Amino acid sequence: MTRMLSALVGGAIFGAGLVIGGMTQPSKVVGFLDLFGNWDASLAFVMAGAVGVNALAYRWVLKRPGPLFAGRFAIPERHEIDGRLIGGAILFGIGWGLAGYCPGPAVTSILSGHLAAPVFIVGMLAGMIVYHLAEERLSIALVVQPEPGVSFVPQDTDV
Amino acid sequence: MHNFTPIASLLGGMLIGLSAAGLMLLNGRIAGISGIVAGAFRPEPGEWGWRICFIAGMAGVGVIARVVSPASLAIGITRPMGIFLIAGLMVGFGTRMGSGCTSGHGVCGLSRGSVRSLAATLSFVLAGVLTVYLTSHLFGEQP
Repeated sequence: MTRMLSALVGGAIFGAGLVIGGMTQPSKVVGFLDLFGNWDASLAFVMAGAVGVNALAYRWVLKRPGPLFAGRFAIPERHEIDGRLIGGAILFGIGWGLAGYCPGPAVTSILSGHLAAPVFIVGMLAGMIVYHLAEERLSIALVVQPEPGVSFVPQDTDV
Repeated sequence: MHNFTPIASLLGGMLIGLSAAGLMLLNGRIAGISGIVAGAFRPEPGEWGWRICFIAGMAGVGVIARVVSPASLAIGITRPMGIFLIAGLMVGFGTRMGSGCTSGHGVCGLSRGSVRSLAATLSFVLAGVLTVYLTSHLFGEQP
């Protein structure tokens, strides 16, 4: 219950930050990415504020033995920079540039009354499903079959 | 440069940082929205509840913003609706393949000093810049 409540409040603060910061306006996002045109640097300030506060806080938080309402910190442990990481990021960046939405602002805008956000979300969920189906097929084809009894639970260390 | 909002953007960013820090301190989780959304559809006990709550908190604030300040949710660019669908597809596929988006890699990853997240962030920003550069004439407008 405490985890759900803290997530609800956390989501509200996150959403408020996106709205106040201008991230929920695709025109501002496209303006930020329009480096060679009419550049709007605002979103660099969003990133600076977010990383500034979070980096300071993480330094203190991650020294603790664990979180308050859960057993342990779920921190991604992967370090490899491979084609999957870069290819995925590039695909994401193209979509981001086309629509001016990334996942957070689209979720925040889903009930905004503009059709663009829910349409984007439908596409996003479909894209996630397609990736998981493709990944399953690939891992069956390329990776050794998992031993019987060993569950094939996806790692929850994805960010 | 028009429509430049450094103060509001810095303030908004700080709220995002506060939320990400709080989610780690309280629940031990990375505030990566693409991961939170993807995990909300995974039927694991104890996993989907908090994710749904986080999403509800975000969408709830969006509803408040719709009433208080509709301009803050304005699209402001003209795209055929199919472009939003295709862009969503690429974002969904790409964020799963690359294990994160602006929040997970950009905000949380950079805050941890993750080189992997830095590489991802540089890649998606560069891809976004190139996409806007190449399509700005196609969509025939300046934002």
